[in-house]
Amino acid sequence: MLEIGLSHYLTVAAILFTLGIFGIFLNRKNVIVILMSVELMLLAVNINLVAFSMELHDLVGQVFTMFVLTVAAAEASIGLAILVVYFRNRGSIAVEDINVMKG
Amino acid sequence: MIQGLAFYLFACITIASAVMVISARNPVHSVLFLILAFFNSAGLFVLMGAEFLAMILVVVYVGAVAVLFLFVVMMLDINFVELRQGFLQYMPIGALVGLILLVELIAVLGGHHLAAETGVHAAAPVPEQMTNTQALGELIYTHYLYLFQAAGVVLLVAMIGAIVLTHRKRPGVRKQRISDQVRRGPEDSIEVRKIEPGRGI
Repeated sequence: MLEIGLSHYLTVAAILFTLGIFGIFLNRKNVIVILMSVELMLLAVNINLVAFSMELHDLVGQVFTMFVLTVAAAEASIGLAILVVYFRNRGSIAVEDINVMKG
Repeated sequence: MIQGLAFYLFACITIASAVMVISARNPVHSVLFLILAFFNSAGLFVLMGAEFLAMILVVVYVGAVAVLFLFVVMMLDINFVELRQGFLQYMPIGALVGLILLVELIAVLGGHHLAAETGVHAAAPVPEQMTNTQALGELIYTHYLYLFQAAGVVLLVAMIGAIVLTHRKRPGVRKQRISDQVRRGPEDSIEVRKIEPGRGI
């Protein structure tokens, strides 16, 4: 029970990933919480990568985690910038209105 | 023993705060719980022996990304009550999809089996007698140099993109244009008129 191995970490990551997906469904109208759910899913992926890196004694998993982190940070900044511009133009952040695009 | 207790502590707090992130009524609370989740997964990373990544997680996520979220949530004046409508409407389908996914993931976890020779072919075996940070540095500045540079380019593009997207020209704002000031000569500003004596302009 207190012997912690690969499968413990993978279980935590699986639960986190599922919670991320659940959060996207649950907060269909709030883009900010959707972005946070995406961050949670990326965190779950990172935990998976590091867990396998630990199990196999291979550093490449941790290197890859760094790149995933980079992409996640870039994604968050661009997503929030788009959100700010969208709010400035329309006065709301409801996702359902985003399909009303003007060329 | 201690490791097991620490694992369960960090894992439980991470999952509980992830639940709060997606279910909190106020997005500010969501962001704060996101910070808690990141801190505790940094603890998990330390338990797995990835100290450098744990510190990066705290610095980058808690210090930059979560604060960015907090900033945007507080800057936008949003009616959050309106946004929560349909919360219960999407609950069943979300729960269904999440449950199916979780069952599948658990099934994969329960049935997985690492081949015996998996660890033998490690691309970059963890070196002995070296700290995690030093080992990672020796790897990313040699074998993964191009990928490292590409990550830098990704960040640069994200930065420029965010600036370009959010920058706007406001009407009615006067700015100092130094080139105009320097270019200005006497002929632009002084006008010489002949005035006949005894009469006004």
